[in-house]
Amino acid sequence: MAYSDKVVDHYEHPRNVGSLPKDDPNVGTGLVGAPECGDVMRLQMKINPETQVIEEAKFKTFGCGSAIASSSLATEWVKGKTVSEALAISNTDIVRELSLPPVKIHCSVLAEDAIKAAIEDWKKKKEVSAPAANATAGN
Amino acid sequence: MAIKLPIYMDYHATTPVDQRVVETMLPYFHEKFGNAASRNHSFGWTAEEAVENARAQIASLINASPKEIIFTSGATESNNLAIKGAAEMYREKGNHIITQVIEHKAVLDTCKRLEKYGYEVTYLPVGKDGRIDLDDLRKAITNKTILISIMYANNEIGVIQPVQEIGKIAKEHGILFHSDAVQALGKIPIDVQKDNLDMISLTAHKLYGPKGCGALYVRRRNPRVQLSAQIDGGGHERGMRSGTLNVPGIVGFGKAAELCQQEMATESARLSGLRDRLKDAIFGKLDEVYINGSMTHRLPHNINISFAFVEGESLLMGINDIAVSSGSACTSATLEPSYVLKALGVGEDLAHTSIRFGLGRFNTLEEVDYVSSRVIEVVERLRELSPLYEMAKEGIDLSKLNWKTAAEH
Repeated sequence: MAYSDKVVDHYEHPRNVGSLPKDDPNVGTGLVGAPECGDVMRLQMKINPETQVIEEAKFKTFGCGSAIASSSLATEWVKGKTVSEALAISNTDIVRELSLPPVKIHCSVLAEDAIKAAIEDWKKKKEVSAPAANATAGN
Repeated sequence: MAIKLPIYMDYHATTPVDQRVVETMLPYFHEKFGNAASRNHSFGWTAEEAVENARAQIASLINASPKEIIFTSGATESNNLAIKGAAEMYREKGNHIITQVIEHKAVLDTCKRLEKYGYEVTYLPVGKDGRIDLDDLRKAITNKTILISIMYANNEIGVIQPVQEIGKIAKEHGILFHSDAVQALGKIPIDVQKDNLDMISLTAHKLYGPKGCGALYVRRRNPRVQLSAQIDGGGHERGMRSGTLNVPGIVGFGKAAELCQQEMATESARLSGLRDRLKDAIFGKLDEVYINGSMTHRLPHNINISFAFVEGESLLMGINDIAVSSGSACTSATLEPSYVLKALGVGEDLAHTSIRFGLGRFNTLEEVDYVSSRVIEVVERLRELSPLYEMAKEGIDLSKLNWKTAAEH
């Protein structure tokens, strides 16, 4: 299987690898996929509660080169975007940017899921920590 | 010494044709091009003589008689001929076949087709070591069993089956025993008499011979095995396989077999030394690495390792100057991880992280050292990238996580 230059570039020089403190109320963590399926992505974002801007993004991925590239690209794209802009990123954008072949489309889907899951996590945290909310919905 | 890249370490897939084999084959393309079945001129006689010489070379490697070698296009055809040919021939005696789950697809799919035609097939399981349990085999035998087909050594994990014992059991029950021996041929001693083998599938391209040339050993005495031909025509090869013989290929197969017979002892000692050096280097540097299948009953040139928390295809991508293969789903057409590793009870998570190293005649010590250092370097890099490695290091039991909803945790 031949990889596109962009996939190879992200694989060889992955952007924003690492972790953010997951207990920080401004950090949302998305962990998607399963080891049995050969793909697990963890995407974390630090979001400014005032401006809703994603100030930092980090990832770690267990998966093939395309999965690593998709998540690396996702961190690049979400950085500096607002939450609603990040939610608008679709897997087809990733497929196009990385020229993923059909068998690798699931990697891009997983990256989109990871973005959504991270934002979801952050929103949940906000509800829980918000003084007005009834803090009964803890996990 | 400078290393030439890329390095080939996938000798279970195929092997380069040995230069000495190429030299032997060359005259049979243009100068000695005759049809071995042409009985009335010297062109035919020359070709026939070359074929008979090769037949004897191959027979000698497995302690058979030359007449027991039936040339085919390769081991897939040999497996088809052995299993379908015996099933058809002995249909009145019974309709039951015993095989095992980690056979090559050429055996499994042939058996599946026979099931459609009313045959019954038992697929024996294998243990964690990759070998069948002889008691399972005994229990599976019925008065309808006509054939046992168990490979000599597996193509992914290199595990050698208890062939001699299986042969004994088959003989006791008057059942034919066929073995797909392509991975073992020329690598470890095969003796059709000692091993009680009735049929074995062979191929040239796994032992430094050319592709497209194989053979089936078919026992002629005690018992005399009969097969229904699967390809009809001019009645070549004792009527079991029609078709003009691939004379250059056969000549090459014969020479390759002869070289293996002469060099097997030193070659297998050298390769198992290199294999162990590779394994020791990797195990000395990396934690959470696991060998798949038995280490005792294994081909000298094989090692199959799971590198936990590092997906196989991404590892292959990192070591793209080294040709090896992976049991990861991403590298297969089916998107399923290796069925062989699954049958061993290797979890799908670990199956995705497996790499098969197949060493061979032209690998050097320098290459082995280069491969181990590259693999270690890339595994370490990818583990830095792996959320699973981080979680495991934090003491999180990954098997206990509910992965579908893990994002909510």
